[in-house]
Amino acid sequence: MTLPDGWEMVVGLEVHTELLTRSKLFCGCANHFGSEPNTNICPVCLGLPGSLPVLNREAVDFAMRIGMALHCTIAPSTFHRKNYFYPDQSKDYQISQYDLPINSGGYLDLPDASRVAIERAHMEEDTGKSTHLGGSGRLAGADSSLVDYNRCGVPLVEIVSGPDIRSSAQARLYAAELRGILIATGASDGRLEEGSMRFDANVSVRRPGAPFGTRCEIKNLNSLRSLQRAIDYEALRQIELIDGGGVVRQETRHWDENRGETSTLRVKEDADDYRYFRDPDLVDLAPDQAWQDRVRAALAPMPAARRAAVVALLAAPSEAQLDAVEVVIDLGLERYVHGVAAAGGDAALAVARVANELAADVDHVANLPVDAFVSTLAMEQRGELSATQAKTVLGEVLRHGGDPRAIAAARGFEQLSSDTLGATVATLIASNPDEWSRYRDGDDKLAQFFIGQVMKLTRGQANGKAVIAELQARR
Amino acid sequence: MKSATQIAADVRSGTSSATAELERTLTVIEQRNAELNVFLYVDVEGARAAAAQIDARVARGEDVGPLAGVPIALKDNLCQVGVPTTCSSKILDGWRPPYNATVIERLLDAGAVAVGKTNLDEFAMGSSTENSAFGPTRNPLDPSRVPGGSSGGSAAAVAADMTAVSLGSDTGGSIRQPAALCGLVGVKPTYGLVSRYGLIAFASSLDQIGPFAKTVADAALVLEVLAGHDARDSTSLPEPAPRLVAHVNDGVAGRRIGLVRELFDGADESVVASVRAAADALRAAGAEVVEVSIPELALTLSAYYLIAPAEASSNLARFDGVRYGLRVSAEDVTAMMEATRTAGFGAEVKRRIMLGTYALSAGYYDAYYGQALKVRTLTIDAFARAYQRVDLLLGATTPSVAFALGAKTADPMTMYLNDVFTIPTNLAGDPALSVPFGTGEAGLPVGVQLLGPGRSEARLFAAARVLEIADGRP
Amino acid sequence: MSDALSRDDVAKVARLARLVLSEDELDLYTEQLGQILEHARDMNSLDLTDVLPTAHPFGVTNVVREDVVTPSLDREVVLAMAPHAVDHRFAVPRILGEAP
Ligand SMILES: [Mg+2]
Ligand SMILES: [Zn+2]
Repeated sequence: MTLPDGWEMVVGLEVHTELLTRSKLFCGCANHFGSEPNTNICPVCLGLPGSLPVLNREAVDFAMRIGMALHCTIAPSTFHRKNYFYPDQSKDYQISQYDLPINSGGYLDLPDASRVAIERAHMEEDTGKSTHLGGSGRLAGADSSLVDYNRCGVPLVEIVSGPDIRSSAQARLYAAELRGILIATGASDGRLEEGSMRFDANVSVRRPGAPFGTRCEIKNLNSLRSLQRAIDYEALRQIELIDGGGVVRQETRHWDENRGETSTLRVKEDADDYRYFRDPDLVDLAPDQAWQDRVRAALAPMPAARRAAVVALLAAPSEAQLDAVEVVIDLGLERYVHGVAAAGGDAALAVARVANELAADVDHVANLPVDAFVSTLAMEQRGELSATQAKTVLGEVLRHGGDPRAIAAARGFEQLSSDTLGATVATLIASNPDEWSRYRDGDDKLAQFFIGQVMKLTRGQANGKAVIAELQARR
Repeated sequence: MKSATQIAADVRSGTSSATAELERTLTVIEQRNAELNVFLYVDVEGARAAAAQIDARVARGEDVGPLAGVPIALKDNLCQVGVPTTCSSKILDGWRPPYNATVIERLLDAGAVAVGKTNLDEFAMGSSTENSAFGPTRNPLDPSRVPGGSSGGSAAAVAADMTAVSLGSDTGGSIRQPAALCGLVGVKPTYGLVSRYGLIAFASSLDQIGPFAKTVADAALVLEVLAGHDARDSTSLPEPAPRLVAHVNDGVAGRRIGLVRELFDGADESVVASVRAAADALRAAGAEVVEVSIPELALTLSAYYLIAPAEASSNLARFDGVRYGLRVSAEDVTAMMEATRTAGFGAEVKRRIMLGTYALSAGYYDAYYGQALKVRTLTIDAFARAYQRVDLLLGATTPSVAFALGAKTADPMTMYLNDVFTIPTNLAGDPALSVPFGTGEAGLPVGVQLLGPGRSEARLFAAARVLEIADGRP
Repeated sequence: MSDALSRDDVAKVARLARLVLSEDELDLYTEQLGQILEHARDMNSLDLTDVLPTAHPFGVTNVVREDVVTPSLDREVVLAMAPHAVDHRFAVPRILGEAP
């Protein structure tokens, strides 16, 4: 979508991601999505009187990994209390990092070569979850609510971008790239549908070069599509408002996915006085160089570097091939491509097979060791397997495991070994001398005749290219 | 009555039994609790079962620990599994914790018998135990007077010979002040020496749990059991528990002790006389006593009455009627929270919640809370400078002896001034204790206060023991 | 330091703290809190510009626990404490607005 002429949108994103720790941020309760309500709660996360928080080391490691991946400075930090009354917040305050976050001042480079500043990436705790009874099941109009505190105290990192994003497409690209990074760090599973990653968008509009306009915050966007649509809607709404002589009010807005529009949730007011102060139950966090080095050493390569490494294996890749590379990187399956390339195989073929066949059954890749993939593609390249057969073999190994050669043999694909093919071609030459001599004299069309005959004899399991190679060899 | 040290020795040797000691305690409680209002809850069945178990273990020849069979009273802001825990507030109506405070686990592991929960100023906010939703506690030495507060119930339990020892909590003097007013030894340990896990917070950066006892040795015995690192409290000191009992008789020979003008100026004459007599006694025992002045201490009361309420306003937010305790019904959740908190909290608690909310709110943070944190820095630095020159400090615990019920309830500031000598060490995080020395008006006991740098408890007990002997309690 | 505490300040603070005050209480607390804050002005007798604030007397840093799951509370015990529970959850009257 493009904005009306003479307008520019200014967007900053706040991304909350849950961390993949075993236990919660400040207690030993399981950090587990989908448990029976109120089964992962203890005195600490339920805020019982007298209970005290103790920080989870692994959550700090994950937070630092995220900061390092985003080129942030890691600095001594503290925990504050953000005070507000709300039933899903068991202590009626949230423990969060405030003026001294663990990570600040980084950036994220996007695949379109733009750079978005990362202001901070700080640690905080998640809240519980309420279900609303009566009315539409939404908050508005409900008679009462039921609270489940299982999620209360789950570790979060909140990543705050600078106001550097200028289109909804760029916002989406940023969110997708960040998601890839979070998954690559091992800190997050990136599962948007389970709410383990959530987006808030700050949107304002202005004439290019003018000062920033008043911004509105759209809360709790939980898919890349909603993020993009909501930003577009909100930017247009603000432009129309201003064009009609109105003024944008600073407020928090809700995105209604079904109606495709945002609406006012809360106007900024007095009540937003969170009375932040240092949490006296927690001590300063200042990971020393050794701790930071340990975390950095364990950090896996990020998507951008991995993407570049795969693209480098391809000669003049097409758009479609680059898209396929993206799928490979998203799924974290480039080890298969590198395996094939290392064995001298066809990296482009490997990318295609991973982006299609492996992607289709990604839950079972554990059944497919890299060397099995490499040997399957080698058989295909040598003509021992047709493309269809190679795909069949990969599908079979993914589903049940096993040795590709044995599977090919069991299915009768082994008849297509080069010896067998050679013998078949020799027989056909002997029994079709006229056709053979015309072919030898340069009538390439007759190759199709021989391929058809070979297919007939091998019940369609031959590789056309291999047949031509065989004919060429004997020409 | 028998000291805790003696009870434990008797129970371990078989001379007495945990059951016999407990029954004696229950008898005294039965006789005096109605008049004094010391215990909010007596866990008769639980205590009898625990005593019987200790006796059985002794009979099997097991070592049941240093507090074998010692009945102990617990301030009712400590969480004990299954036992009503109220903080003397209506807002915790009916709540029974599903977990034990670390100090309670340590007491029980050491063989103590938890007798019941004692009265306090609601959420430990007060200096007289008159701010209790369950009525005031009276001073056993003169029931027309207050026992001090906020741990007034725990002080009265020991002063009335109900138990030999008890636990209190001290945020701005809530152990030392009632100890002084009831003629007891009361200890506020170094911040972090005793785990706060399971202590219902008033002001987290100031709160410390500590013992009441009739003797210095008993106080050392109990504190030694309580102290030591606890992984459940992030502010727990990392080192293991210090040895305290072994140092009680170390004396003060060669110690330099500073008599702090700001810690007795303005106190009643009899109190000042006791402090000066205590200085003489320490000098007689071989200490060098010098007069010192720490002018920064004059500002600590103001800083305290912003810092403590600020933390309290946040700590007490969780009492909202959603998960436990009182709920007053209303149409929507905000109205329910308001109705619950309005009905559940007493006037002093509301006053401090509002004061703290104000001190932290936008536009006032720097002027009040921020400024108070700077005064805290000055206080810490001033004490640190003093401890470069002396080993311990000496002063009064309270400006007067026990005062009459109702004498200081009209105006909050009058009551707050009671804590003027005890507050400074809470801000600094340093240890201090009160030990009875001499008498004042109406023959009531006076407490003198000994203060030391962080982790100097053993030194404090040794000096207190010198005063105990000099005061005629060998 | 700011001007004297007003009745409106107290009303606002009570709202923030989820307390309801009667008109009489509002008067009383305005006076009492005003006195305490007035006393606090003695902190202005010193120049504290260059003094760093201390939020906590505790000097230890980096206190962490290992990422190990420990048993949670029994749900029935927890819900038995609740003023009102429905369907294994804590029940509250309707919530008027979203969390901030
Ligand atoms: Mg946040
Ligand atoms: Zn928990």
